[in-house]
Amino acid sequence: MTDLATGPTSDRADGAELLAIADRVVAQAKTGEQIEAFVSRGGDTEVRVYQGEVEHFVSAQAEGIGIRVIRDGRTGFAYAGTLQESAIAEVLAEARDNVEFGTADEWAGLAEPDGVAATDQTLWNDELADFPTDRKIELAMELERLSVAADSRLRIDEANYADAAGEAAVATTTGIRQWGRENGCYVSVSTLADDGDETQTGFGFSVGRTPEALDLARAAREGADRATRLLGATKPASQRTTVVLDPFVTAQFLSIIASTLNGEAVVKGRSLFKDRLGDEVAPSFVTLVDDPTNPLAYTATDVDGEGLAARRNPLIEGGVLRKFTHNSYSARRAGTVSTGNAVRGGFAGTPGVGALALSLVPGTRTQAELVADIDDGLLVQSVSGIHSGVNPISGDFSTGAAGLMIRNGAVAEPVREFTIASTLQRMLLDIAEVGGDIDWLPMRAAGVSLVVRDVTMSGS
Amino acid sequence: MIDHDVVERTIAEALRTGADFAEVYAEDKRNTSVALDDGRIEQVTSGRDRGAGIRVIKGDTTGFAHTSDLSESGLAEAARAAAAAASQGDGGVRTVALSASAAHRPNTIATYPEDIAKAAKVELMQRVDEAARSFGSEIVQVSAGYGDSRKRVLVVNSDGLLADDDVVRLLVRISAVASGDTGMQTGFQSMGRTVGWESFDEIDVEGLARDAARQAIVKLKARPAPSGAMPVVIKNGTGGVLFHEACGHGLEADHVQKGASVYAGKLGELVASPLVTLVDDGTMATEWGTLGIDDEGHTTRRNVLIEDGVLVDYMWDHIRARKDGREPSGNGRRQSYMHLPMVRMTNTYVMNGESDPDDIVAQTESGVYVAHLGGGSVNTATGDFVFGMNEAYLIENGEITEPLREGNLIGNGPQVLRDIDLLGNDFAMGNPGTCGKDGQGVPVGDGQPTLRVKSLTIGGTAS
Repeated sequence: MTDLATGPTSDRADGAELLAIADRVVAQAKTGEQIEAFVSRGGDTEVRVYQGEVEHFVSAQAEGIGIRVIRDGRTGFAYAGTLQESAIAEVLAEARDNVEFGTADEWAGLAEPDGVAATDQTLWNDELADFPTDRKIELAMELERLSVAADSRLRIDEANYADAAGEAAVATTTGIRQWGRENGCYVSVSTLADDGDETQTGFGFSVGRTPEALDLARAAREGADRATRLLGATKPASQRTTVVLDPFVTAQFLSIIASTLNGEAVVKGRSLFKDRLGDEVAPSFVTLVDDPTNPLAYTATDVDGEGLAARRNPLIEGGVLRKFTHNSYSARRAGTVSTGNAVRGGFAGTPGVGALALSLVPGTRTQAELVADIDDGLLVQSVSGIHSGVNPISGDFSTGAAGLMIRNGAVAEPVREFTIASTLQRMLLDIAEVGGDIDWLPMRAAGVSLVVRDVTMSGS
Repeated sequence: MIDHDVVERTIAEALRTGADFAEVYAEDKRNTSVALDDGRIEQVTSGRDRGAGIRVIKGDTTGFAHTSDLSESGLAEAARAAAAAASQGDGGVRTVALSASAAHRPNTIATYPEDIAKAAKVELMQRVDEAARSFGSEIVQVSAGYGDSRKRVLVVNSDGLLADDDVVRLLVRISAVASGDTGMQTGFQSMGRTVGWESFDEIDVEGLARDAARQAIVKLKARPAPSGAMPVVIKNGTGGVLFHEACGHGLEADHVQKGASVYAGKLGELVASPLVTLVDDGTMATEWGTLGIDDEGHTTRRNVLIEDGVLVDYMWDHIRARKDGREPSGNGRRQSYMHLPMVRMTNTYVMNGESDPDDIVAQTESGVYVAHLGGGSVNTATGDFVFGMNEAYLIENGEITEPLREGNLIGNGPQVLRDIDLLGNDFAMGNPGTCGKDGQGVPVGDGQPTLRVKSLTIGGTAS
């Protein structure tokens, strides 16, 4: 098969090309004008396999530029999905035009170099960049085979291999000038388990910086387990109970908690923790850290979306709320310094604020040991509707869930079609134990088993 | 956007390796947005996205590549990449004669938003902010967004199809935060249409802003939502997402063909209360999910999916229709030229019943009245779905009483469809939605009359 170039098309690994584009834009700044140019280029491959055949093979390349202009405290922004010179000139003109309509804001401004050195990270691997197409297809086919073989009740909805590579440069009139590139890959499988008329679903995945790091056997096993262990699940009776959140569920919970500790929400009066720095918000054994400098984190990085060094920030330490995450705008407005938490969704937007790589400091015990201590409870395998049933401003927490009841220290019958509910404030205070089974998932938060008391299950 | 000669040669290039089917989808989209937050116009943004996605199908394998370079050489390169991805053989040369189909335009645009000064769009947001803040002293924060887009589309394929479209969209969203002794609460309203700027003559954006503020203030007095199964009444024009999740996704032919839908193999069977007639209609004038052609170039249609409770059809795109030997239903959609099309909904709604909406509440001894639903999600294989309630009240002795805090509702699609026991005569379309599937978001609409579900599980904390 013809091999497709999937990495950045630049031949140069030093970012000279993208930095030159950004520099040319920044050099056009007029007196009294701040300019930031963010330039990126990337490619990805996705192979989907179904019943031993390639269902689709997607080879995608994208590039673009976003330009932010600030004058007299007013901000304007424009972007285009191309790096053609004529288009870039148009983007700069549009961004300047848009400045006229912004409201003057005394805190508006770009990031400025703060002297914090970036922690070196290995974010790029040539081995992955050179990985041949036919091997990608083989990996997806192999995952499908392993999954089918895992359990006779299993069907496969889809098995995928995907990789992505990207480079980005950011330069500003305030002296920021950064370039970086990154690549990674994953395999994933969606499973269906049948028993008579009943069907349950599961998924498994494995992520890596290189194809060798992908654990296909684990992805297949987890995909099979998740689907088959829900077979026979019934709707449980409503009750208040102790829950053990599976690592994947805890990671989703931590991401919501982080949104309440977002400095932008704080300065705009939208965080339920806005006046609570220094308060005990969780038991003393709970420490929540955002640490993109930890190379184990899937989202480890060297610089943030504004080009400042990414850094380790303890948010909750020994149960006490210590810090909010900030980009340069929210920090200036809060009278503090950026925590290196500017996040950016690509060239089409300006940087917001967000956690980069969250994790709870783990305890020591396995999930089985946590379960063994619980007489009556629930192991939550998955949650649904986090975007619709959780309000990080009011703190209300309610999600659909599926999992296994816990009876006399052991997992028992499967349950589904119920919700779990509490409030975010209560759930933090009701944490009973953090497991020792930290799992670095492909998300902005690491997973770990988490025991939370006094959660309401709503069923029949 | 691209010369017809050039697309013809691009299609021929894509077919060189012996593919069964090749398609070029080209798009040129411009958008403007205004973000207001915290009393300030934070930013006006202008964006431009332009490019083409090329799809090549050989046997059961689809190859796809895209490019932002619409020159002939850029298109040819993407065509070769897509062809290589779909196939290894050499099938020789095949040329295709294109026949342009007359463009169907559901809407007439009098004033394109691009011809309106940015200052007018900014002023609209300032009016929204003022209306929400002046609604009550409890309102402590307002954020609002305006967005317009114009997307020109050209679709050409090796079956000879050549179709284009020009879609204009306007969106306004408002989110208000109220603060009181019980903490903070939020309210949300939005409006999205496939219309021109002239529509603001009739759209009451200040009214939307006041409604967002009202919701937030009402909820300051809300008590925790109940926990457990009970009757639920859903207000007209707010709960179409129930059907989007409870059965819409399960009627998408891609899920059905893989046996990953609870509705697979159920054509001709009674799958819902006989009160229910469910339609997916991409042709509705001005609605958010409306399109002239779908993203595979087929004219959109009004498709009846469930008629008097009986499942009569699924929704189809090119690949799934071809596999089943039938016509596509105008439901092949994609987020942008960078994405593969798949089966998606457009505007999905339940038609009117005969009950008086007030009687539906009056006939409900105790339960929950949902005045504004939030988003939702579904597992199509099990039918289990959830959706959020942004604004809800208790029903006690046939009357709407106290407001409830937010939470999710959970149900099982086939069961809930059977449990619809009262259907109102007050049909209305709801808020604009963005439907996410396989990582792609597309604009969708939904609607329904006031209705009652005999039993749904409310995910609150109160016993």
